Amino acid sequence: MSTHKVSLTVNGQAHSAEVEARILLVHFIREQLNLTGTHVGCDTSSCGACTVIVDGKAIKSCTMFAVQAEGTNVETIEGVATNGVLHPLQEGFWERHGLQCGFCTPGMIMSAKALLAKNPNPTEDEIRWGISGNLCRCTGYVKIVEAIQYAAEKLNAQEVTA
Amino acid sequence: MSNEHDPFSALDAPADGLRQLADRVEFHTPSPAGTSAAVATSHEVRITTPASVSGIGHRMKRKEDPRFLQGKGNYVDDVKLPGMLYMDMVRSPYAHAKILKIDASEALKIPGVLAVITGEDLKAAGNLHWMPTLMSDTQMVLPIEKVVYYAQEICAVIATERYIAADAIQHVNVDYEPLDPVVNPFEAMKDKIIVRDDKEIKTNHIWHWEAGDKDATDKIFDSAAKVVTQYMHIPRIHVASIETCGMVADYSKIKGKMRIYMTSQAPHAHRTVFALVSGLPEQKIQIISPDIGGGFGGKVPVYPGYVVCAVASIVTGRPVKWIEDRSENLQADSFARDYHITAEMAADANGHITGLRVRTLADNGAADAAANPSKFPAGLYSICTGSYDMQAAHVVVDGVYTNKPPGGVAYRCSFRVTEAVHMVERMTDIMANELGEDPAAFRMKNFIKPEQFPYKSPTGWEYDSGNYHAALQLAMDMIGYDDLRKEQAEKRARGEYMGIGISSFTEVVGAGPSRDFDILGIKMFDSAEIRIHPTGKAIARFGTKSQGQGHETTYAQIVAEELGIPANDIEVEEGDTDTAPYGLGTYASRSTPTAGAAASMAARKIRAKARKIAAYLLEVGEDDLEWNVDRWQVKGSPEQAKTIQEIAFAAYTNHPQGMEAGLEATDYYDPPNLTFPFGSYIAVVDIDSGTGEVKIRRFVAVDDCGNIINPLVVEGQIHGGLTMGLAPALFEEIVYDERGTNLTGTFMDYLLPTAVETPKWELGKTITPSPHHPIGAKGVGESPTVGAPPAIANAVVDALWHLGVRHIDIPITPQKVWKILREKGVID
Repeated sequence: MSTHKVSLTVNGQAHSAEVEARILLVHFIREQLNLTGTHVGCDTSSCGACTVIVDGKAIKSCTMFAVQAEGTNVETIEGVATNGVLHPLQEGFWERHGLQCGFCTPGMIMSAKALLAKNPNPTEDEIRWGISGNLCRCTGYVKIVEAIQYAAEKLNAQEVTA
Repeated sequence: MSNEHDPFSALDAPADGLRQLADRVEFHTPSPAGTSAAVATSHEVRITTPASVSGIGHRMKRKEDPRFLQGKGNYVDDVKLPGMLYMDMVRSPYAHAKILKIDASEALKIPGVLAVITGEDLKAAGNLHWMPTLMSDTQMVLPIEKVVYYAQEICAVIATERYIAADAIQHVNVDYEPLDPVVNPFEAMKDKIIVRDDKEIKTNHIWHWEAGDKDATDKIFDSAAKVVTQYMHIPRIHVASIETCGMVADYSKIKGKMRIYMTSQAPHAHRTVFALVSGLPEQKIQIISPDIGGGFGGKVPVYPGYVVCAVASIVTGRPVKWIEDRSENLQADSFARDYHITAEMAADANGHITGLRVRTLADNGAADAAANPSKFPAGLYSICTGSYDMQAAHVVVDGVYTNKPPGGVAYRCSFRVTEAVHMVERMTDIMANELGEDPAAFRMKNFIKPEQFPYKSPTGWEYDSGNYHAALQLAMDMIGYDDLRKEQAEKRARGEYMGIGISSFTEVVGAGPSRDFDILGIKMFDSAEIRIHPTGKAIARFGTKSQGQGHETTYAQIVAEELGIPANDIEVEEGDTDTAPYGLGTYASRSTPTAGAAASMAARKIRAKARKIAAYLLEVGEDDLEWNVDRWQVKGSPEQAKTIQEIAFAAYTNHPQGMEAGLEATDYYDPPNLTFPFGSYIAVVDIDSGTGEVKIRRFVAVDDCGNIINPLVVEGQIHGGLTMGLAPALFEEIVYDERGTNLTGTFMDYLLPTAVETPKWELGKTITPSPHHPIGAKGVGESPTVGAPPAIANAVVDALWHLGVRHIDIPITPQKVWKILREKGVID
């Protein structure tokens, strides 16, 4: 199996590694970088537990080879809080009980983060479609939607004060 | 669709007249009697502690969340040990086939492949190629002679890397001789193809089970003014927790110790099973169930992969990790439902339900590997008289083997209560409609009345408490029932299809009293151990295991309620068999009724000792003291008091001479009865007559789970449960072709609802405490999964009843509805 050098930035930190061409980005993140917050929940790109943000776009990291991430800026759940302060999305999920077992939560938050970056004032319907690539078996989604609404309001308020 | 065809008529003889077989087990439901008394219903959550303490009733944010929110959960696949190997499984492409040869030579040539483990290897290692199921049946770990279901584990490859193991399974060559499979359970009952020819007696019929009084029921039906009959199939579905199953097994030859990280809902029971099967001494087996990514019953059974993974670690002397792919999880792990039911309901001339007669065929797959209590092979299915007061009922279930994966109860279902509730709620609607009565008024007329509790059901259960009228009335008020009926009539006149469906379910959870409930002989108590540290902080450990239910928060709130120690000062631990007290685990909504009760009782033991210490410190008699939130105070002189923190410090620094130092207690709680949560749900659906699509416009859910520990957590449990009720009602089904091949083996075909299909649930509540639970709680996790499917099915049938539609089997897909609309001439 041929190996390739891949250089990328993950959560603001530069990484270089020699990887097999076939290594999926999710396995590179989990097993080589030991960032295990990004999860694997299926084998058909259906569940979204592996969602990370690559150059501003939410992608399913089980559907991308690590070598394809060459030169990109990758953001995972571990990079969402800053200096121990929870991001408004993390705060919203906590306040509104947007998580139960926590397995889908990192992917859910990354999808929501990319959504709010693109659309800071989403309607409920836009939020539901925005996370429709992420499956959750515990929450019934209602409280996840509320969590994202909480975060949108807080982010917009921060925007105004800043 | 109406079912003129009753498949039970194709069986040679009635189930209860089937030939007697030496190894056929007859079961009759024992009658668990409880201690119950009438209790009042309220609408307000009971709160007795300030927010600084956060005892029960407070909407406390969950203590476990910060780690999950920051990607710092610790799930089994996150465990990484030095020198760890990876295991992958070769699986059968046939549902039924002889194994002629397994040739692993090519696989073993791949660099990094260390071993291939087959059934023969397990046999040589001490007959480990078979294992007992939780229902005292047997199941292959790895097969030697033949395979009995599609995707069955054939052999395991152990390699240095995950990808190498996945490569290598493609290079194991297995020669099969395909056999005709039996997929339909009615065909299986004819014994033309025998699934389990390892058994002495060649039959697919596993067991026969009855509850209720046959003669009394037959008499009721003979004289009934009205009888309705309906066949229904409640299809096979899969829990599909977002985390699949997996294990890291780490055997140390030097210590003789097996440490196992496992996706387990019941780590203590699993340790005992491992000890009994492997012969390893139980103190040398440590099972750690770390964070679990959803369970719903799918992580109760012992799967072949777990056993092989543990053996692989012993064989290689290194840690071995096995994590299922999603497709393996969907195709081979435990399923739920798959009940074929023909039900008859009788009513008198006044429209009172008088009796219920039920025949059921339970498709158990290739082994009876459900996880029911031992004496209950059909679980608690005999709760099927539901919320209605009737004179007699008789329920028959026959279990049968087919060439499908084994299992039976894994889907948030309270041991077959889902099937029971779906049947009785559908039958109630059919009866109401046939009598020309409104389904809500018909229910109100037939409900067990509040003054009848504790209520002895015709199948022997003693319902602890209930107020069914109040719950349905609230649901009707919330949704505006009368206006909806008017709207429906107008729409019907215009040729539009709108339906209103009700489900007024009664749940039975909290197994259970040890005289009737055990799993493999282990009684179904549960446990709590609380230690108060000198500074007044605490650690509490439990025999259960959260998979998202929020135990770290709710158990802390129960202890806070009893002792006044702030919930944030109480650390909750579960899941490590070396440290937690023994318990039977978390499933069937049993944690709050059992371990939650144990938390209360252990805390009360601590409070009793604290009283003695307080009396000593205050130099008064124990009888002079009264408890007030977080302290013992002198009656009539509350300024003279010792807080629990002061008492805790004294327990280690200044305890009375002659008294044992320290402040801790353990309780193994054996509940006197089960608990009976209930609720009324109303769904409003609109049907697109062009596509057959069912759109849920509104869904009101009124739940009564007794006293509420944390309203936020309870709402979350209900939302999640409703969504897992929506799923089988409209989307999910495991489908097999005639060769027994799974046609829905990935998330591309097995459809979980997303945020787009899930409605905005509207919740209401009544609170009717359990009279026998220490804090009056009942359990809630599964109520909505049990209650929601018939509300949706009843709503769809209600929309189409005037066309002559009586019943539609779930999942009610657009195709099914579209076909009906075409048959009825609504569309071309």
